Amino acid sequence: MSGNKKNEYVSYLEHQGKYKGIFSWIFTLDHKRIGLIYMYAIIVLFSIGALMGLLMRIELIAPGETIMKPQTYNGMFTVHGIIMIFMVVIPGLSVVFGNFFLPILIGAKDVAFPKLNRFSWWVYITGCGLAIASQFMQNGPPDTGWTFYAPYSTTTGSNVIMATFAAFVLGFSSILTGLNFIVTIHQMRAPGMKFFNMPLFSWAIYATAWTQLLATPIVGITLLMLIAERLFGIGFFNPSLGGDPVLFQHLFWIYSHPAVYIMILPALGVITEIIPTFCQKKIYGYKAIALSSLAIAGVGFLVWGHHMFTSGMSDQARWFFSFLTFLVAVPSAIKVFNWLATMYKGSIDLKPPFLYALSFIFLFTIGGTTGLLLGSVATDVQVHDTAFVVAHFHYIIFGGMGFAFFAAIHYWLPKMYGRMYNMKRATIAWGINFVGFNLLYFPQFILGIEGMPRRYFDYLPQFQPLEVVSTIGGFILIGGLIFMISNLVQGARKGEIAPANPWHGTTLEWQIPSPPPLENFDEAPIINPNPYDYK
Amino acid sequence: MANNVSHITDYKVLARVVLILMSLTLLTIFVTSFHLGAFSVTVALLIAGVKAFFILTYFMHLKYESLLLRLLVTMIFVLYAVIILITFIDYAYR
Repeated sequence: MSGNKKNEYVSYLEHQGKYKGIFSWIFTLDHKRIGLIYMYAIIVLFSIGALMGLLMRIELIAPGETIMKPQTYNGMFTVHGIIMIFMVVIPGLSVVFGNFFLPILIGAKDVAFPKLNRFSWWVYITGCGLAIASQFMQNGPPDTGWTFYAPYSTTTGSNVIMATFAAFVLGFSSILTGLNFIVTIHQMRAPGMKFFNMPLFSWAIYATAWTQLLATPIVGITLLMLIAERLFGIGFFNPSLGGDPVLFQHLFWIYSHPAVYIMILPALGVITEIIPTFCQKKIYGYKAIALSSLAIAGVGFLVWGHHMFTSGMSDQARWFFSFLTFLVAVPSAIKVFNWLATMYKGSIDLKPPFLYALSFIFLFTIGGTTGLLLGSVATDVQVHDTAFVVAHFHYIIFGGMGFAFFAAIHYWLPKMYGRMYNMKRATIAWGINFVGFNLLYFPQFILGIEGMPRRYFDYLPQFQPLEVVSTIGGFILIGGLIFMISNLVQGARKGEIAPANPWHGTTLEWQIPSPPPLENFDEAPIINPNPYDYK
Repeated sequence: MANNVSHITDYKVLARVVLILMSLTLLTIFVTSFHLGAFSVTVALLIAGVKAFFILTYFMHLKYESLLLRLLVTMIFVLYAVIILITFIDYAYR
C-alpha cells in the first residue's frame, strides 16, 4: 500500500489469524476489524431505512393513496424509525469510528476488553435480526412509531413485543460498548497521555460512553415493563389497568433524549478533529471543548420533558424542562464558537471532509436553533407533532450525525484502507447531498408551521406544492448518496495508494502506517502534550 | 481494583452486610403498612439507596477503590436522584 508499507509490516487487513474468510471478520478480536464490520452492517441497514424514507416521500407526493395503504404507511414510518434510530444512528459513529480510532488516538493496542467488544457486535447483529424479523412475523410490523407510546403500544395488535425486545437487545450492545470505551480510556492510555492530552474525539467518545452506560438501562426496563403489560396485563401504563401513560413517556424520554447525545456527541468529536487538520491550526479552546462534551452529556440527562409538553404534564414541570433545555444550548454553542474561532485565519483547505464538516455546522445550527422553538413551551404547543418536528429532527440527526459520519469516512478512509477515493467525485457528491438534503427537509419546517401533521398518510391539497418539492429533494439526496457510496467503495477497493498522513494531521492515527498494523503501534508512541500541535 | 491489589473481605463483615440487607428488606415491607401518601415511593427509594450503598461498598469492593472511581459512582447516584426528583416535580403538581 503506502510507501512505508514495503515488506516492513503486515496491516490489519492482511494479517492472517486463526480464521479465514468471513470468519476472520466475525470472530476477530481486532478493534479495527470490529469497527469495519459494524460499518458494513450499518451501511446495509441505512440503505434499507433510506429506501423506506424514499417510499414514504413518494406516497406523500400527492394527497390520498399513491403507492401504499395507510396501514402499510404506519408500518413503514415505524420500521424506518426503528432501523434508523436503534440500528444506525445510536451505534453509528461510536461503534465504527470509536472502535477503529479510539485505541489508536490514545496510543493503545486495542480496547480494554476485546472479547466483550466482539460480543457487543454479535448482540448488535442479533438485535438487528430480531427487529427485522418483527416486521414479517405474527400480525405485521409494529405501527406505533419508533417511540412505542403507551397506551396504544399496549393494545395494538401489531408485532410490538418482538420489536421492543429487539430494541432491548440492541440496548445491551450499546451498554457493553460504552463500558468497554470507558475502561479503555481510563486504563489503556499510552504512558504520558493524561486526560487533557487526549484528542477531542476521545473526549466525545468518553462522554458518549457514560451516557450509553447510564441511560440505556432505563429504556431497557421500560420496554420490559411494556412487554410485561402486554403479556400479563400488569397495569404500568394503560389507564384502564390503573397505569399512567405519561409515566411511559417519562421513562422512554429519560433514555431517548440522552440517546440524541449518544448520536450527536461523537459527531461533534469528529468535526473537532477535522477542523484543525484542514485549517492547519491549533484547536481554539481545547479544555472548553472537552468539558463541553461532558456538560452536554450531563445536562442532556435532565431535559427529556421537552418531548412531553403536550402530554398532560404539570405546568411546573413544563417550565422547568423548558429552562433546562435552553441551558443545554450553551455547551453546544461553545463548540460552534470554538470551531469558528479555529477557522479564523487558518490555512483552510476545502477538501471533502472539511466540506462535510462545514455543512455539518450549517445544518446542525439550523437544527439547534429550531430546537429552541420546540424547547419553548408556547411555540412547542403550536408545532408539536407536525412536520416541523420531522424537519428539526432530521436536521439534527441526519444533517448532524449523518453528515458527520460522511465527514468521518472521507477523513479516515485513507487510514482505514490505505487507499484514496476520487476527490472530484467526492466533492460533487457532497454538493448533491447538501442540495438534496435541504430541498428534502427545509420545506417541512414551513409545512409544519402551516399545520401539516407528522406521520399522516394523507393531507389537504394546499400542502401539495411543498410536499412535491420535498419529494424531489428526497430523490436528489438518494442519488447523491449512491454516488458518494460508490465513490468510497471504489476508492477503498481500487483507489490510489494513500500516504500515511494525507491531510497533514497531528494526532496519533496519522503517525502510523496506512492501513495500520494489527496492534497499531510497534513501539510505545511518543505523546505530544498538545495533540493539535500545528507549527 | 486500585493498583491491581486484591482485597479479601472478612466473612464476618460480609455476614453482617447480609443481615443489614435482609433487615432493610423487611423494613421496606414494614413501611408499606403505613399510609405515607406521596412519600411512600421516596421512603422505598431511600431504603433501596442504603442497600445499594452497602452492596457497592462491601460486595463490589468500592471501599478499596480510588477516590476517582468512588466519586464517579457517587455522581451516578446523584444523577439518578436528580432524574427521579425532576420526574416527581411533574407528579407533585399535576
